[in-house]
Amino acid sequence: MNAAGFPILSLITFLPLVGVLVILSVRGEEAVVASNARWTALWTSLITFALSLVLWARFDKSSPEFQFIEQASWLPEFGIAYIMGVDGVSVLFVLLSTALTPLCILASWEAVQSRVREYMIAFLVLETMMVGMFCALDLVLFYIFFEAVLIPMFLIIGVWGGARRVYAAYKFFLYTLLGSVLMLLAVIVLWYQAGTTSIPELYEFDIPFAMQLWLFLAFFASFAVKVPMWPVHTWLPDAHVEAPTAGSVILAGVLLKMGAYGFLRFSLPLLPEASQYFAPMIYALSIVAVVYTSLVALAQEDMKKLIAYSSVAHMGIVTLGIFSFNQQGIEGALFTMLSHGVVSGALFLCVGVLYDREHTREIARYGGIAKIMPAYALVFMLFTMASVALPGTAGFPGEFLVILGAWAVNPWVAFGAALGMILGAAYMLLLYRRVAFGRVTRDSLKGLLDLSPREHAVFAPLILLTLWMGVHPQSFLSFFSATVAELVQQHQAAISAGSRFAGL
Amino acid sequence: MNWTLALPEIVLAVAGLGILVAGVLPRRDMTFPCTMLVLGAFVLAGVLVLAQGEGTAFGGQYVADAYSAFMKLLALAGAALGLVLALDWNRAEGLARFEFPVLVLFATLGMLVMISANDLMSLYLGLELLSLPLYVIAAFARDNARSAEAGLKYFVLGALASGLLLYGASLVYGFAGTTNFDRLADALSSPQEVSAGVVVGIVFVIAALAFKVAAVPFHMWTPDVYEGAPTPVTAFFATAPKVAAVALMVRVLAGPFGEIHGQWQQVVVLASLGSMVLGALAAIGQANIKRLMAYSSIGHIGFVLMGLAVGGESGLRGVLVYMAIYLFMNLGAFAVLVAMRREGRAVEGVADLAGLGRTDPAMALAMAVFMFSMAGIPPLAGFFAKLYVLLPAVEQGFWILAVVAVLSSVVSAYYYLRIVKVMYFDAPLPGFAPRPMGVSLVLAGTGAFTLFFFLLPAPLLAAARKAVAALIG
Repeated sequence: MNAAGFPILSLITFLPLVGVLVILSVRGEEAVVASNARWTALWTSLITFALSLVLWARFDKSSPEFQFIEQASWLPEFGIAYIMGVDGVSVLFVLLSTALTPLCILASWEAVQSRVREYMIAFLVLETMMVGMFCALDLVLFYIFFEAVLIPMFLIIGVWGGARRVYAAYKFFLYTLLGSVLMLLAVIVLWYQAGTTSIPELYEFDIPFAMQLWLFLAFFASFAVKVPMWPVHTWLPDAHVEAPTAGSVILAGVLLKMGAYGFLRFSLPLLPEASQYFAPMIYALSIVAVVYTSLVALAQEDMKKLIAYSSVAHMGIVTLGIFSFNQQGIEGALFTMLSHGVVSGALFLCVGVLYDREHTREIARYGGIAKIMPAYALVFMLFTMASVALPGTAGFPGEFLVILGAWAVNPWVAFGAALGMILGAAYMLLLYRRVAFGRVTRDSLKGLLDLSPREHAVFAPLILLTLWMGVHPQSFLSFFSATVAELVQQHQAAISAGSRFAGL
Repeated sequence: MNWTLALPEIVLAVAGLGILVAGVLPRRDMTFPCTMLVLGAFVLAGVLVLAQGEGTAFGGQYVADAYSAFMKLLALAGAALGLVLALDWNRAEGLARFEFPVLVLFATLGMLVMISANDLMSLYLGLELLSLPLYVIAAFARDNARSAEAGLKYFVLGALASGLLLYGASLVYGFAGTTNFDRLADALSSPQEVSAGVVVGIVFVIAALAFKVAAVPFHMWTPDVYEGAPTPVTAFFATAPKVAAVALMVRVLAGPFGEIHGQWQQVVVLASLGSMVLGALAAIGQANIKRLMAYSSIGHIGFVLMGLAVGGESGLRGVLVYMAIYLFMNLGAFAVLVAMRREGRAVEGVADLAGLGRTDPAMALAMAVFMFSMAGIPPLAGFFAKLYVLLPAVEQGFWILAVVAVLSSVVSAYYYLRIVKVMYFDAPLPGFAPRPMGVSLVLAGTGAFTLFFFLLPAPLLAAARKAVAALIG
């Protein structure tokens, strides 16, 4: 049995489904059902979050091993088992998922008025799939959760999204599915080569270099779309723009992390030589992503689209950090993933606040908001600063570490990443200036109300987290340093064992 | 002579004759009692299949083993559920005639004979016993031109396929000297000495069977027949006979022709590739949901043939698991199609499902589950079906098949998603007429199977493994 004394990971994973059952059993008038669904979903997700705090408290930070392991037989004749567990790489993402879900539900409290019951069900199912994906320690189990995320997200975008929601939902689904099925083939190859799908056992397995290359490309097809890396990022702006606010938050906060998590969980430890071999390609794609999407973001007229492109740029930093193969780079990448999850989620919520009031996301329609909604302007500024990685906010430690790590690999790579930070400051500050400062351009803006108590409740934890991560990053870094150290060391060992890269 | 082995078939045949008499004699409408009696006969046959011993009978014409039991149960389940779907539909359409369940019963009897065939003669006998009632029920809405067209088309092309089969069988007999599967296996045990005549004969047999399972390039009849036939008949066509035909194909190719795997493998690979690609691409433009399902079933058969082409223990097991899952999710989807009635008329456009998510959330949810499952999205049953045929394909190095399979499943996801999109994203149309009880039952059963298969896949896998072990020893 694990450190918590009970199967905590399964409980966190499947508890939201209990909420789904409760919501499904509610009968009555539409208003009653909607209100019940909201409260049930909120309480379920809050309880799930509270439970996941046990992980925070009981996780042994000094150990690079998988913890809280649960194992049950599922398909013994195929060598597939139900294995759950977390290590330093995944534990904080479980917490991120469970923390963002109640906030999303709270953020949709008034914004979603049609088919509330279905909406809440979709979100709770989504939470199960996300958490399950981060906890799964079996390749097939991972794949199932990884793919199943598509179903609720497709519905969330398509049913509650904006004007071009159908197009966006399709694009999201088919892009990611196309990547994933190629990964499925790689999963199957690993499965019969190694005779097991248990991830800890696969880590012990040596894969010949030629096969590593193919497997890497197959995994890459899936994770690159999910991250998303340039040039397969085009689904993201569409999905973000059309998704409802809470959908964007989850998309940016957690779903984008699935790709990077996949790189860390599979590509690096399972395919070290191929990772090293393809690293220059990743650097190139990442730097293109950072610079190009930052430039694209500068030209955006739609707030959500701008933040969506900034997400692609930030994820470029993340992939850069992961494939730097050193302690700083990978820790920085993990930290950036977490901070981006919090900050970009919060930025989408900020856009959502304005959208709920004015029903437009066009930047030009706003101006002088700081005079009308001072509290909102302050919150928005904080997250803008965090997004441009101002020291003292969540954005800084991660990006700084990535640049350090990249410098160790190649100063030019670091230069590209730093360029992204400068451009990031340009487009975010431009956005903030156009929305918050200047004259109040339109009369309709004058009547806007400042943040409501509910919105304060949504933003408060995010503000707290942003500052906490900025001021005391060690309390988060300490979770993954042991695991990352192990990962880096194993990587070095594998590279020096395979003499192919002896010269590097 | 061990005729008791064939007890399920004998009981079905006798019951069919009895029910026919029971339907004719009284002067009132006997549709409902006859349907119930037929369902009872199916259940009885199912029990007998479960209790069946193993061995051959009728001079080696008939074989009963774990494989035949597995496939027979699937065929019986498909036929029974199809009949349940037809009950209310036929009443609503004014087609309530007692001959319908009786014809379904005889078709099912044909399936059981096919599945247990151990000789080219009994194979042909079963296939024709299956086909003749199918021609009739395809045209069962005889006042409807499309239904009549479907029946005629099916008959003409079906007769052609039968001719091909007979010609192939006679070639095989001529060059191998026997029609019995066991003795054929002995005669063809060394691949080098097989004469070209046998190979030509096998190709003809495969072509005829490919016609029955609607694999490319023998699929042309499928969209027209599926569209024209009454919806519950289409549901029946898409499930039980397909199971039986696949069962037969597997038995023939893995049994007597198993040793000359290399000679026919290429044909099956090509049929599989063609079916997957055509099933994925041709369905995209369809506005009629029955035509769409026709192309979808062609695509699924492509996956099944992939398992068959790869062969071996794991490949064939994949085929059996795929057929079982395909049967139930397809029946569920067709249950929704059967329930599509508005203002007293059946509607069958994809667009007619618009807004089902609001007008009938339960049915929309079930349909969404079936569609995502057919698209192969985990954790639904369809994903596992595809997984178990992809696994051996990758293992044996059939890379082209595997890559085409996953890519075509992405393309086909597009049109499955379209149905979900229409149901959930589009503005609602007036609701459908209330769901009949039978439809609700089928929906609940198949929906639960599709949704929760992942919780307990082991029994089906174990049964399939046992069946395959019986087949290839």
